Amino acid sequence: MAETALNSAANQKLTLRQIFHGELWLKRLIILLMCIWLLVVVVAPIFQLLSKSLADEDGNFVGLANFVYYFQTPSLSHSLPNSIYVSLMTMVISVSLGFLFAYGLTRTTIKGKGLLKGIAMMPLFAPTLANGIALIYLFGRKGLITRGFFGTFPGIEFPLYGPFGIIFAEVVYTFPQAMLILFIALSITDARLYEASDSLSASKIKTFFTVTLPGIKYGLISALFICFVLAFTDFGAPKVVGGNYNILATDIYKQVIGQQNFTMGAVVSVVLLIPTVIAFIVDRIVQRKQVAMIAARSVPLVPKANRIIDSLFQVFCILIVLLIIGFYSTAVFASLVKVWPYKLELGFWHYNFTGMGGGGYAAFFNSIRMSLLSAVIGTALIFGSAYLIEKVREMKLMRQIGYFLSIIPLALPGLVIGLAYIFFFNARGWEIFGFYVPNVLNPIYGTMAILVLSNIVHFYTVSFLTATTALKQMDIEFEHVSESMGIPFYKTFTRVTVPVCLPAILEIGMYFFVNSMATVSAVIFLYSADIPLASVAVANMDDAGDIAPACAMSVLIIATNITVRLLYSLVTRKLKRRTQAWISK
Amino acid sequence: MSKDSNQKTYLDVRNITKDFGRFTALRKISFNAGAGEFISILGPSGCGKTTILRIIAGLETQTSGEVVIENREVSNLPVSKRNIGIVFQSYALFPNLTAEQNIAYGLKNQRKNRNVIKERVNELIELVGLAGMSHKYPAQLSGGQQQRVALARAMALSPDLLLLDEPLSALDARVRVKLRTEVRELQKRLGVTTIMVTHDQEEALTMADRILVMNNGELIQNGTPNEIYDKPATPFVADFIGSMNFLTSAEKKDKGVYSVGNHLFQVSDEKSVRNTKLGEKVLMAIRPEDIFVSTNGEQATNEVVSRIRSMEYRGSVFRLVLDLIESGSGDEILEADVSTEKVRRLDLKPDMKISLKLPTERIRVYSPKGSNIYD
Repeated sequence: MAETALNSAANQKLTLRQIFHGELWLKRLIILLMCIWLLVVVVAPIFQLLSKSLADEDGNFVGLANFVYYFQTPSLSHSLPNSIYVSLMTMVISVSLGFLFAYGLTRTTIKGKGLLKGIAMMPLFAPTLANGIALIYLFGRKGLITRGFFGTFPGIEFPLYGPFGIIFAEVVYTFPQAMLILFIALSITDARLYEASDSLSASKIKTFFTVTLPGIKYGLISALFICFVLAFTDFGAPKVVGGNYNILATDIYKQVIGQQNFTMGAVVSVVLLIPTVIAFIVDRIVQRKQVAMIAARSVPLVPKANRIIDSLFQVFCILIVLLIIGFYSTAVFASLVKVWPYKLELGFWHYNFTGMGGGGYAAFFNSIRMSLLSAVIGTALIFGSAYLIEKVREMKLMRQIGYFLSIIPLALPGLVIGLAYIFFFNARGWEIFGFYVPNVLNPIYGTMAILVLSNIVHFYTVSFLTATTALKQMDIEFEHVSESMGIPFYKTFTRVTVPVCLPAILEIGMYFFVNSMATVSAVIFLYSADIPLASVAVANMDDAGDIAPACAMSVLIIATNITVRLLYSLVTRKLKRRTQAWISK
Repeated sequence: MSKDSNQKTYLDVRNITKDFGRFTALRKISFNAGAGEFISILGPSGCGKTTILRIIAGLETQTSGEVVIENREVSNLPVSKRNIGIVFQSYALFPNLTAEQNIAYGLKNQRKNRNVIKERVNELIELVGLAGMSHKYPAQLSGGQQQRVALARAMALSPDLLLLDEPLSALDARVRVKLRTEVRELQKRLGVTTIMVTHDQEEALTMADRILVMNNGELIQNGTPNEIYDKPATPFVADFIGSMNFLTSAEKKDKGVYSVGNHLFQVSDEKSVRNTKLGEKVLMAIRPEDIFVSTNGEQATNEVVSRIRSMEYRGSVFRLVLDLIESGSGDEILEADVSTEKVRRLDLKPDMKISLKLPTERIRVYSPKGSNIYD
């Protein structure tokens, strides 16, 4: 560049004003701020958690001593195999059911596919606590199944509290996730491969093993890992139906809330984090390969009718859907029954919440407020930073760091985020190289802000990837054209990028709202007594033995989420009509 | 190589080198463009032609060298301050804005009066022949119409330099041919200096005042379409543009005399092999359409007897594949284009013996050293 400067001396000199390019510096500044913000809200708290796990109660570094203690104490370390066991079982059952269901939807000519899929996604809107509560009403001591529908039939007793209950609740929770991943994987397989296989007169079974399975290989791996991690890190269901069966997620809660042993809480969190991080890395690698597969143009498969197979899948899919409907109907019904199972009068008795712990309607409306704030702020932040990472040409390294930091939250279970946030935001300050640095973020501890922040980080990556995918579909040259016309990037962003990506933006908003409503893991550590939350109220009422009001609150959460989801569909449909003219044929 | 045109130099590209890590995409590229000139950068994919365009635009920064526009070094200027218009291969029309809004997009930022903007947009729509289409969205327009909107949008701010990146390659063959003329006429009318990148030789030959042929990050030849076609500087250029016969067993026998087997050929232009000694191998080349075919040949300069090995019908011409008989040169073959009318008149058939004349002034000779034709 020095040479260039010399050469150009002969030419007319540029004024500083011409070289100084305000817009470029603005972009640089925002990217820099974005990286700093991610470092502060993701990396620093996790670092704090890790260092806590390596220190004693007084903060002295003790190396792996806490871990040694953990593994030498059977009452603690037993939870690890327990957690692995329930997660593996959940994984196998969920992925098997999810595969069959997705196969029915994509490869057979069964009827009512849209409705079947819609109902199968129901569990996505429910807090996992609700799954546990529904199970109590089905398989508990006075449960519907246990008592044979109030004595109508001979009852069957299941050992609800323990692995059975946890696995059942987690299967309900993870089934739609497995189903959706496999649905996509099965949808993208190239029809021509099947035609080729047919033309080579390969048998159905051979085709299944040589075409179908390899085609969905990556989706299958992804589904397995995601189901495992979701079950491994879930807190809600085991909290309600875990009984004396200890698993890692409930251990963290017990250590921190029950025994105020923060160090051990941090240790268990790290133990919980290890398999999660491994799963995260595998999933990332697999996703990259999956993308490479989609890139090639493929011909969509149109399933052919086959009476026997179609009827089998029709029966199976209807059965699953009926089970899901029955599952949540039980919860709705139970929440309306006056005294289960003795007085079956229906009414809104339990929706009163007066005299109950947990905060009642104040908690419910706090949750709505928190979810709205998370949705609005989270969507704006994430879409904006995804835009900068994807569309700016400058600061490649910074943008790559930003991308990496945006992916990390996917590996962090809610409980870990919650606990890490306690450590980080509750700290008064840090001693760094002999300097005392006060924690300027300390004031947000115990406020609505930290709840919203924890939700944004908790659901960051999935939203970020949705935004990135939408942005990638837009021509990078939009930005170049605008630049050549002297239009600042933020104008193109608001005038073109946002309108065109509006469906993705709404999807992110919806995702944030629904998950913030249902989540309990991160916020259970962070809420303060004056800001009670609905999902936490469910946990607390269940703790106090007020199952019916807990159930009622769960129903309110589910109802809210389904309403929001329907609203989203409605808006999207309208939007689609308006934007039809933009989509090229 | 030709001298650059006499017009006032508008754009001066000096010694541009671009490295992507270890890979050198551009090696010391220098050329200039006179005001109002239409220059086409032609080359196979991956030769660096788009990179040089992006460097001129300011979308990419060169490793060394400089870009001078109107005697002003602009290497450190952002795209927005170089006063250029760009049309991309994908057009990059904003899907949520109508044709009119797309064209007005850049004008809106200039705080101009609404009526002034409207007038300018209408003028541009008229100019590119899109009257009546102004309220349509890009997706509702045909490829050719989208291309015109992109062109109108690029011209809206009256840039002094228009950069076209493969502007026609996404279109149907027919529309492409039609738009070639239109774009060229529009460019002439507006007098805007234009650089167009293309891999389509026909596009370059028909549209440009001057063609820059690039390969492997280097500028191989800079000349008018006529010079590029008639006097390709290297075997690569000769082979890349049009068809070319290469005779590899040629040898220098005397000043202006070359042999292929036991045939001798006289060559009038041997500048490119100035340093070749007698007896040394050369690469002799001639275009198929330059070979003159007759059935009643006689012993004359550059005339040889050959046998028709096969004939390929191409509509207006036949391409004849010919053996050089008694040349003793192994499998040297020549291809010649003969008009269909002549083939009919002479009743040419495979296996027939015919006479060929290779006009002295149409034969090119190249040094074989480092002149791999695919280089």
